[in-house]
Amino acid sequence: MKDNIPILEVKDLKAAINTNEILKNLNLKVYKGEIHAIMGPNGSGKSTFSKVLAGHPTYEIRSGEVLFKGKSIIDLDPEERSHLGIFLAFQYPIEIPGVSNEDFLRLAYNAKQKFKDEPEVDPLTFFSIITEKLKLVDMSSTFLSRNVNEGFSGGEKKRNEILQMILLDSELSILDETDSGLDIDALKIISHGINTFMDDNKAIILITHYQRLLDYIKPDFVHVMQNGKIIKTGTASLAKELEIKGYEWLK
Amino acid sequence: MINQSNKTLNTNITKLVNQPYKYGFSTTIEKDIIEKGLNENVIRLISQKKGEPNFLLQFRLKAYKQWQKMKCPEWSQLKFSEINYQDIIYYSAPKIKKKLDSLNDVDPELLETFEKLGISLTEQKRLTNVAVDAVFDSVSVGTTFKKELAEQGIIFCSFSEAVQEYPELIEKYLGTVVPIGDNYFSALNSAVFTDGSFCYIPKNIKCPLDLSTYFRINDQKSGQFERTLIIADDNSSVSYLEGCTAPQYDNNQLHAAIVELIAFKNATIKYSTVQNWYSGNEQGQGGIYNFVTKRGLCAGHSSKISWTQVETGSNITWKYPSCLLVGNNAQGEFYSVALTNNYQQADTGSKMIHVGKHTRSRIVSKGISSGKSKNSYRGLVNITSKAIGARNYSQCDSLLIGNLSNANTFPFISVLNSTSKVEHEASTSKIGEEQIFYFLQRGISLEKGVELMISGFCRDVFTELPLEFSAEADRLLSLKLEGSVG
Repeated sequence: MKDNIPILEVKDLKAAINTNEILKNLNLKVYKGEIHAIMGPNGSGKSTFSKVLAGHPTYEIRSGEVLFKGKSIIDLDPEERSHLGIFLAFQYPIEIPGVSNEDFLRLAYNAKQKFKDEPEVDPLTFFSIITEKLKLVDMSSTFLSRNVNEGFSGGEKKRNEILQMILLDSELSILDETDSGLDIDALKIISHGINTFMDDNKAIILITHYQRLLDYIKPDFVHVMQNGKIIKTGTASLAKELEIKGYEWLK
Repeated sequence: MINQSNKTLNTNITKLVNQPYKYGFSTTIEKDIIEKGLNENVIRLISQKKGEPNFLLQFRLKAYKQWQKMKCPEWSQLKFSEINYQDIIYYSAPKIKKKLDSLNDVDPELLETFEKLGISLTEQKRLTNVAVDAVFDSVSVGTTFKKELAEQGIIFCSFSEAVQEYPELIEKYLGTVVPIGDNYFSALNSAVFTDGSFCYIPKNIKCPLDLSTYFRINDQKSGQFERTLIIADDNSSVSYLEGCTAPQYDNNQLHAAIVELIAFKNATIKYSTVQNWYSGNEQGQGGIYNFVTKRGLCAGHSSKISWTQVETGSNITWKYPSCLLVGNNAQGEFYSVALTNNYQQADTGSKMIHVGKHTRSRIVSKGISSGKSKNSYRGLVNITSKAIGARNYSQCDSLLIGNLSNANTFPFISVLNSTSKVEHEASTSKIGEEQIFYFLQRGISLEKGVELMISGFCRDVFTELPLEFSAEADRLLSLKLEGSVG
């Protein structure tokens, strides 16, 4: 499998907000069928990394390269990256008043359909598509008529993110602390959704603080990020070791 | 960090909102003009050109005398250079070669102008279910479906025609809702108004068509001073819409209109406005000064007047469509969306004066400000001492786009009756970068995302528009928002 072109290749990436450099020579290769966990203390640059991958306009890329399936995406808009198959599950999904979840999901789905040159679907057809996906994250259809994330509980917001990931069937999904703020039941539901979604053609990057999530989703690699770069890479056992020894151990 | 990202966002949204004004063309046509300037002779000349009865000339002269004693109001804190009233043309009419018997005699140039604006006046292509009166500069050039309406006893014609055909109705009702001296601009309008629409719905008639007036300013130096009077007799109802556009000129033009509505017992008037006068360029030069007085009198028991407005144009908008709730159980409503951009200033809202018992009113105002614009809601809810059991509900929401725009809310509430119930809710929100990024990350374009958020924000108001026009309002907002992004 590793003879193929990686789905994501990050080379010597430096990124900054204004004058403040957050990512310093970050390197990472992710292949199809792999789950990578990125752990690290607060402020190490994990969330920045996820936003840089999605093309957030706040961050300036100073040097380095980000290749998606071998092609540079650095100059692409967030919208184009999304169409190519890059999905970011937000740490804090934002509320969008006045816009129903159903409309939002349908527009996102149809934007993707259009990009793939496939027919856009009408609301009725979409309803049957989304109803199937709702089951995977144990959500009721009343969820659809509410405004996007408005008044959602923390757990509902995170489930809504996973629902979107499943709906858009993204090839590379970056989950930014999707497990934070979840109770154990919600964590199980979400993990189940993610595991059902994952297959040999996809890749997932899990950004997390806790080993807990990795009990439910087995990563192929665990990276430790500190001060804007990956300082250690290992297997799932690394996460367990970190849980016991803390990040200080690596210094 | 915020600066840099906001820059990106602002540029994108600016691109989105700054769509070229599509109605900015002007029509070259032979005109009959009274030289610019304002004095008693000009007023006499207007009256004479229109062949008006003496009572109307006296009405005008009285208004002119009042106006001379008045001062331009300053309380709204709108910023604009002083208007030179001697530099305005008060009468500009397309030259009529012969008397018009039907729309087929209207100058093809004019018909084409309205065609371009999407308003077809010709028999075969006119809008179904909507009767249109088209006003070009100072005069009405044609009214559709007039005969069909007349069969039901409904009068729908230009104001000038009404003065000739139904002088007794004009004399009886003109100026009864908005008195001559009500305010500076109403006094000016009363002195120099040139045309507008008149509508009378007889007892027990539900008007089968939506009625509509389309106002077009064409001449560069002229002001538009129109007057609309709508009377709904007992148990009748009517739905009415006005639309407005103007060419793109560098100078500011004055539009000072008056709309008077009267609803008798159990009658309903629904008045909807889609205002898209030229708003000036990106530096704020040019555009229409829109100073309008709109007021409805709910005279009868259980009468109802409902104002719905979508205000997107004009350099300055100054208007407060109001309801005088005199009849017991009368009901007043005001639904408004005001979108401002660049250097536009909108100061708009409503007045609900509760006089009758158990009168009810509802105000829903949505202001959207982008660019460096200023968008204010200003309203008055006045419950007088006799208004037993009166109720009001007001809701004022502001949506800010970018960092440089300005939104204000000035609600005045005066309650003199302890049995009444008055509620006021307000909110301010912002289309933020993170929301936009959320849309983009899900593959939804910037323009689609903003459009969705705005239409969600305006939904409560748009649902109040007549079906034929909600599409137009949607079109108008997306015209302003449709972009070259991506």
